[in-house]
Amino acid sequence: MTTQTLDTRTRRRHWPVLAAAVIAVLLALVPMALKDAFTLQVLLLAIMFGALGACWNLVGGFLGRVSFGHGVFIGTGAYTTLLLLHYWKITPLLGIPLGGLISALLAWLVGGPTLRLSGHYFAMATIALLQIGLLLFINWDWAGGATGLEAPIGDAAWKLLFRSKVPYYWIAVLLAFLTFCATHFLVHSRTGFYWRAINGDEAAARSLGVPADRYKMLAFVISAGMTGVWGGFFAMYVGFIDPDSMFSLTTSVQMVLVSILGGVGTLVGPWLGAAVLLPLSEGTRVMLGSSGLGLDLLVFGLAILLVTLFLPGGLVTLWRRRRGTAGR
Amino acid sequence: MLEALTAGLFNGLIYAAVAVGLALIWGITDVINFAHGEFLMLGMYAAYWMFTLGHLDPTMSAPLVAILVGFVGFLTYALVIKRLQKGPPMAVILATFGLGLVLRQLAFIAFSPDYRSLPDTMLSGSVSLGAFSLGRPSVVTGLISLVVIGALFVLVYRTRWGHALQAVAEDRQVAALVGISPDRVNAQVWILGSAAVGLAGALLTTFFYVFPSVGTVFGLLAFVAVCMGGFGSLPGAFVAGILLGLIEAMTGYFVAPALKSVSVFILFILVLWYRPRGLFGRW
Repeated sequence: MTTQTLDTRTRRRHWPVLAAAVIAVLLALVPMALKDAFTLQVLLLAIMFGALGACWNLVGGFLGRVSFGHGVFIGTGAYTTLLLLHYWKITPLLGIPLGGLISALLAWLVGGPTLRLSGHYFAMATIALLQIGLLLFINWDWAGGATGLEAPIGDAAWKLLFRSKVPYYWIAVLLAFLTFCATHFLVHSRTGFYWRAINGDEAAARSLGVPADRYKMLAFVISAGMTGVWGGFFAMYVGFIDPDSMFSLTTSVQMVLVSILGGVGTLVGPWLGAAVLLPLSEGTRVMLGSSGLGLDLLVFGLAILLVTLFLPGGLVTLWRRRRGTAGR
Repeated sequence: MLEALTAGLFNGLIYAAVAVGLALIWGITDVINFAHGEFLMLGMYAAYWMFTLGHLDPTMSAPLVAILVGFVGFLTYALVIKRLQKGPPMAVILATFGLGLVLRQLAFIAFSPDYRSLPDTMLSGSVSLGAFSLGRPSVVTGLISLVVIGALFVLVYRTRWGHALQAVAEDRQVAALVGISPDRVNAQVWILGSAAVGLAGALLTTFFYVFPSVGTVFGLLAFVAVCMGGFGSLPGAFVAGILLGLIEAMTGYFVAPALKSVSVFILFILVLWYRPRGLFGRW
């Protein structure tokens, strides 16, 4: 990268945050005009998976360690939030941040042995983590076992319980904006440059004095913490969690997929990918899901195949190609 | 105790048989085939239908099934993998994951989610081993697996053709320079690795249920075995497979059957902690 591009980068550094704020406000206004519950749900899911992809992208994109087990952090966040609410009546306003904290702690604990791994080994280790989480929660009766847990039904704002889905939508928009800002500032800070240096060539980065271990851990912990927060939100939104849906490999892969579809290692990529993929998958689910044949999963699988075959660099590359700067 | 261990050993042999194909493909072509479990599932269904419709015993149809699944492997390589090999490594993983999902759902639609099993094969019965007895199908399958693994081992490490494979694994460009076509070798490896898992699948039907998501059960274990064994190492996959069978049996015996698989994954992470490139991985 030449100094000139660095300069222009710094000058227009923060306009994406402004743009994100505008988009967030516009999105927040949607429920005023639109009363259709399904469309709102699709929008919310697209926003949520965009955010999840953005969290994943910190590790998978910028640091270049591909995790296929981020679902374990969704599960940890979700279970922390609902268990606290269920047994001790602790409001999710506390429970969700706590869930994020515990996810981060978990990442810190498992980061030691796993972050040393590279390539396929890291990917497999994260899948193993996800399976451990899944199997433990299936066998843990206190936490609901295989049947899962339900959030109480009611209308109590301080417990984040609403009968309408609209308040959840607003919370999602707010959280998504915060997620985008967090990723934006992280990636444009010294930390972000270190991550990309490690991604490019870890040995070279180390030789230049980048404390690689510390920064790899930082990426993993932050990414896990943010994913955990979204897990907590997800639990409150759906109101029912079970191990299979929370510690799900499919969800974990979907986090990877939205990032790939949009563009790995770019800030807007995951959001773009989610905006395309989620309406598609939710649409087919509603149209085909009732057949009981799992056609929606078939379409999901085909989508993965087609995206990776024909657009391995993501939608962002289309944009870049048009501007004539293909190939980073 | 001894009974549990022996049963675990034979289970381990089967895991190893499922894993070697994966290890071969990973080792030579540097691709983890996430549809590997689904290839196993295809093999199982093929053997199941050959028995049900054609009255062909799985022990007899196994070679046919191997050829069939080998062909699926070839198609996968030619249509999907070949195009992606120069792209980001993640794309290949995702593509095979997508392929696996598609195959599983197609099986779901075509064969219904029913658990099916073969009632009475040539292997039915049990083998008495002194104080206890084991099902004959699992013993025979275990032994055949051992032979197949041995044959693959000789093929890859002791023949001229095997050396060509290793040359490609070592350095594609240099291999091409000395007249080995990496593309052809990759295709051959995909055929061979897939045929191996097809064979394992056919034999597995003699004592295990056939259902659309059977691949995920064995597939995940195969991935763990291959990773634990180390980068594409056949002996590694073999040893790790047996280790998994044993640790499963021990946990089931001493702790709780429900936690069998948990111990497998914990062992896997522990192994990677001490040997980040697996037991037999090159450093």
